[in-house]
Amino acid sequence: MTDKDYEDIPGTFVFDADRSRQGYWLNQFCISLRSAESRQAMKDDPEAHMAKFAMTEDQKQAVRDRAWNRLLELGGNIYYTSKLAAFDGINFQNLAAMMTGVSREEYRDMMLHGGRSIEGNRSKSEWEDK
Amino acid sequence: MAKVTAGVAVSHVPAIGVAMDTGITDQPYWQPVFKGFEFSRQWMKDNKPDVIFLVYNDHCTAFDASCIPTFALGCAAEFTPADEGWGPRPVPVVKGHQKLASHIAQSVILDEFDLTIMNQMDVDHGLTVPLSVMFGEVDKDDEWPCLVIPLAVNVVQYPAPTGNRCYQLGKAIRRAIDSYPEDLNVMVFGTGGMSHQLQAERAGLINAEWDKQFLDDVSQNPVAASQITHLEYLRETGSEGIEMVMWLVMRGALDEKVTEVHRHYHVPASNTAVGHLILENHE
Repeated sequence: MTDKDYEDIPGTFVFDADRSRQGYWLNQFCISLRSAESRQAMKDDPEAHMAKFAMTEDQKQAVRDRAWNRLLELGGNIYYTSKLAAFDGINFQNLAAMMTGVSREEYRDMMLHGGRSIEGNRSKSEWEDK
Repeated sequence: MAKVTAGVAVSHVPAIGVAMDTGITDQPYWQPVFKGFEFSRQWMKDNKPDVIFLVYNDHCTAFDASCIPTFALGCAAEFTPADEGWGPRPVPVVKGHQKLASHIAQSVILDEFDLTIMNQMDVDHGLTVPLSVMFGEVDKDDEWPCLVIPLAVNVVQYPAPTGNRCYQLGKAIRRAIDSYPEDLNVMVFGTGGMSHQLQAERAGLINAEWDKQFLDDVSQNPVAASQITHLEYLRETGSEGIEMVMWLVMRGALDEKVTEVHRHYHVPASNTAVGHLILENHE
């Protein structure tokens, strides 16, 4: 196995070949929502639209729950899952707020004040006390 | 002969395109972002390129998870702005320079860079936002002021090509352009970055100190910049900060010593640190 040194980065899912394999149908489902036709199908019957993609039950449940971090954990990639968010009318910044567990206002305010600092956010060991 | 006269590094944050398309660039949030491009727009008018070789990444638009080329060169006659899920941007169709693109493809492949050739490809905000910020608003029914050759780089699935590979590819592209017989003023754009993370609990990460060092190094110490590891990009600049390898393709296509004529850095645009350089080749 390749050494995955990047797994030490906290609060981050690096979308590597293993995650890409695991998340393939989830990501293909999400990207389908780029087309108006698929968005309509998803509105009309979400289960029927999801059934067109060979997702696992866990992945389908995470879609139903709109569990944004869980989707990443199950192999989703942010550029794909953001299409599901866009389907719900959620933009990138508000999606980021949801994934970090703060309100839109708090998140926007953090960005206006220079963003999340790198200090204390480099390694999982720095998050253990949190 | 064709000549590479300058390189431009610029972020391609989608919200910047939205701000321009909806006419809100004067709002206090956006004003400082766009102020840093006033010089650039005048500089583009003064230095009028014939062709921009534009290095960018596709955001699951032309390529979904079923096909992930590391380097894909756009050789089509034109490239249509894509619908990314909220309708296409109201900007003109992007026209290519097919003969130069074919020449570059042939030259760099024989130079041992195995590109994918795209004869049909829609382009997303990664390509059109840099054109918009540098040229200003261009009506959908008008034309972009020059031709564009897109090079799409995979930075979505890990691993992206290494910084060094990107830098060396830039050198091969330079050799290709230098050997093209038509008199053309060619600029090379490297887009994306700077520090940003869009995903999971660490979203919103910004590392201004790192970004400023990278601006210095890309400008004056490119070999050092080309040696930055993937782990460093991911850890220090956020998972999406790895887009900055694309700046190194641009930098590889320039002379070793360049003149930095303009720099702009601002936090934030949406989730991202905006960075911008204009670098001129000497005669």
